[in-house]
Amino acid sequence: MLEIKNLHARIEEKEILKGLDLTIPTGEVHAIMGPNGSGKSTLAYVLAGNENYEVTEGSVKWNGEEILDMEPDERAATGVFLAFQYPMEIPGVATMTFLRTAVNAVRKARGMEEYSTPEFMKVVREKANELQINPEMLKRPLNVGFSGGEKKRNEILQMSLLEPSLCVLDETDSGLDIDALRIVAEGVNALRSEKRSMLVITHYQRLLNYIVPDRVHVMADGKVVRSGDADLALELEETGYAEFGGKAA
Amino acid sequence: MPAVEETVERVREIDVDKYKYGFSTDIESIKAPKGLSEDIVRFISAKKGEPQWLLDWRLEAYRRWLTMSEPEWANVHYPKIDFQELYYYAAPKSMDKPKSLDEVDPELLATYEKLGIPLSEQKVLAGVEGAELGTARPGVAVDAVFDSVSVITTFQKELEKAGVIFCSISEAVKTHPELVKKYLGSVVPTSDNYYATLNSAVFSDGSFVYIPEGVRCPMELSTYFRINEKQTGQFERTLIIADKGAYVSYLEGCTAPMRDENQLHAAVVELVALDDAEIKYSTVQNWYPGNSEGQGGVYNFVTKRGDCRGKNSKISWTQVETGSAITWKYPSCILRGDGSRGEFYSVAISNGYQQIDSGTKMIHLGKNTSSRIISKGISAGHSNNTYRGLVSAHRKASNARNFTACDSLLIGDQCGAHTVPYLEAKNSTAVFEHEATTSKISDDQLFYCMQRGLSEEEAIALIVNGFVRDVLQHLPMEFMAETQRLIGISLEGSVG
Ligand SMILES: Nc1ncnc2c1ncn2[C@@H]1O[C@H](COP(=O)(O)OP(=O)(O)OP(=O)(O)O)[C@@H](O)[C@H]1O
Ligand SMILES: [Mg+2]
Repeated sequence: MLEIKNLHARIEEKEILKGLDLTIPTGEVHAIMGPNGSGKSTLAYVLAGNENYEVTEGSVKWNGEEILDMEPDERAATGVFLAFQYPMEIPGVATMTFLRTAVNAVRKARGMEEYSTPEFMKVVREKANELQINPEMLKRPLNVGFSGGEKKRNEILQMSLLEPSLCVLDETDSGLDIDALRIVAEGVNALRSEKRSMLVITHYQRLLNYIVPDRVHVMADGKVVRSGDADLALELEETGYAEFGGKAA
Repeated sequence: MPAVEETVERVREIDVDKYKYGFSTDIESIKAPKGLSEDIVRFISAKKGEPQWLLDWRLEAYRRWLTMSEPEWANVHYPKIDFQELYYYAAPKSMDKPKSLDEVDPELLATYEKLGIPLSEQKVLAGVEGAELGTARPGVAVDAVFDSVSVITTFQKELEKAGVIFCSISEAVKTHPELVKKYLGSVVPTSDNYYATLNSAVFSDGSFVYIPEGVRCPMELSTYFRINEKQTGQFERTLIIADKGAYVSYLEGCTAPMRDENQLHAAVVELVALDDAEIKYSTVQNWYPGNSEGQGGVYNFVTKRGDCRGKNSKISWTQVETGSAITWKYPSCILRGDGSRGEFYSVAISNGYQQIDSGTKMIHLGKNTSSRIISKGISAGHSNNTYRGLVSAHRKASNARNFTACDSLLIGDQCGAHTVPYLEAKNSTAVFEHEATTSKISDDQLFYCMQRGLSEEEAIALIVNGFVRDVLQHLPMEFMAETQRLIGISLEGSVG
C-alpha cells in the first residue's frame, strides 16, 4: 500500500506540493488528472527520489516503509518505477545494454539471480514482441532519435522488465498514436496484479477507457482536491478544471 | 553487452584510493649510479654490449640535451624535475636475458601473472580461467619490459615462421643491426624535443617489430611496461616497421607501483609504414595516477610519431589514457606518401589531481592524404584535461582532408577541460573540418539511470562508456571489455 501524508515539496524555493494526501491500496490502479502545472510530475519525481526537489514536510510509505530517505536506486530496488513524461537520452549506450545493466542491478539488489546474456535476450525479445517494439531498435542508443511514441513504449518495456510493485506512469499516453495507445495500455494491463499498485497520470479520459482505474483523483495547486471512481474522469472531460481554480489550459 | 555489466561490477568492488597495480615486486636489481652524465650513457651502452655507432648516437643526443630546456608551453604544472636525482638504469639482477621462460625469475613471472599478463605461452593459448584486467588473450604475443629491460618476449618462434621480427630493441641491435641503424631516429630525430632527446641518450629497452613485405602479422603484438624500482626513470624506445603491403596491430599497456615520489617515464615510439602498409597502434595507459591528494604518480612525457612514408600507407593511433599524474603526449602522423592516411582516436580520462595535455599532429605532406581525429576527454575531480592538436597541409599537399571532433565531458565543477586546435593550410585545396563540444553529465540523466536501479557510480560509468564508444570500437576486440572496466575504475570517487 502507498500512503502519502501531508506531502510538501519545493524546487528552488518554490513550493509545488502543498500538503498532498493520497492512499493507493495494493492491487489498485489510481489515476491522477489535473491542470498543467498543478504538480503531477513533481509528485512523480518526489516518489522516485529526484534530488532537485526538497521535501519539507510529510511522509511517503510504501508497504509500511518510509521511502523518502532512500536513494533513487534503493527505491527502484524496493519496487518503485517511474515511466517518465520525458525519457532521457543516453548517447552511445545501446538500449539493450542499458536494459540489461538495469535489470541485473535491480535483480541483484533484490537478492535474485542475475540473468545470463542468453536468458536476458530471450526475456527481452518476448516482452518487446508483446509491445510491438522492433528488436532492431534495441541496438540503438537509448532513446536517441526515438520518436515520442517509441520512447513511451520503451518506458513500458523497461517497466515490464524491472517487475516493479509500484508503477508511476507520467503521461505515458501523450504522443501515442491510436494503435500505440492500445498496445501500451495492453502492456500496462498485463502488469495489473493483486500485488502491484499503479498511479497513472494523464490528461485524457481516453486512456482510462483502456486502463480502467479503481479511483480517479483531481490534483490542483499541489493537492488532491477531489476523488471519485472512474466516472469522475468522464465528468472532468465535460467540465474541465474551472471549478478547482484551474485556468482553462 | 556484458562488458558494461562488468564495468559496473568492478566499480562496485573497488575501494576508493586503491590502484590495483600498486604493489611492488621485491627483487634485487642492478642499477646504474644515480644521476646523469656521459659516464652513465656509456654505462648503459656497455651494459647492453652495444656497437660503437650506437654509443656515438647516444652521446650526440646527450650533448644536445645539455643545451636544451624543458618545454613549458603545455597546460601542466609540476615542480622542476631534478634529473640528477634519478636512476637511469635498473634491471632485475637475476636477468641476463633468459633464453626461455624456464629461466625467467619466478618472482617476475608472478608479477606479470598478478598484473593479469601471463607470460607462459601454454596459458596464453589456453586462456586463463577467471583472469581479469589485462587478461590472457589467445594469440597475443607479449614483450614484457620490467624497469629498464625486456624480460621475455613470447611467441617469437611462431612469428619467425611468418618472417615477423618481434624482440626487444637491445636484441634487435645485435641481430638486425642494419634495420635498426636504418630506421632508429628516422621518425623522431635525436634533436626532436627535450624528452625525446633525453630518451635517445639513455633509452634502455623497448620493443622492435619488423613485418616483411606483403605479410599480415598473424597475431596481435603487445608490449607491457612495468616500472618497479624507486626513483627510476623508464625510457623505452619502440620501433615498428611495416614493409610494403604489410599489416600489424600492436598494443601497449603500462602500470607502476604506488609510490609517494613521482616517477618519470619518457618514451619514444617510432612507426614507419612503407607503400600500402598499415600499422594500428593501441595504448591502454594506466600508470599510477597519484593518490587522491595529488601525491605521487607517474610523469608521462612521451613522443610518439608515425611516418606514412609510402604511398597509400596508413597509421592509426588509438589511445586510452587513464593513469599518470601528468600526461604530455601527442601521437602524430606524418602523411608523406601520396594517398596516405592517419587516424587518432583518443580517450583521456582525468580524475583526482591528474593533468593531461594530449592530442595529435597530422602533418599532410603528400597529395590526396587524409586524416581523422576523434578525441574524447573526460574530466572529473580536480583534474585538468587539455586537447592540443595540430593539422597542417604543406604547400604540395593538394586535396588534403581532415576531420576533427573533440568532445569533452565534465563530471563535477572542480575540473577543467580545454581544447586548443591549431590549423595551418598552405595549400588552398585543403579541407579541414573541426567540431568541438563540451558537455556535463546531466543530473537528469543520472536520475533516470538511478531510477532504473543503477547506483550513481554505475550510472556515471555507463554514461561515460557511451560517450567514448566510438573511440573504443577502434581498440582490438580483446581489449574492449577490460578497457570499459578500467574506465569505470578510474572514475571511482569522481562523485560524492
Ligand atoms: N526548476 C523549477 N523552478 C521553478 N519552478 C519549477 C521548476 N520545475 C518545475 N517548476 C514548476 O512547478 C510546477 C509544477 O510542475 P509539474 O511539472 O509538476 O506540473 P504538471 O502537473 O506535471 O504539469 P503538466 O500537466 O504540464 O505536465 C509548474 O508551475 C512548474 O513551472
Ligand atoms: Mg507533468
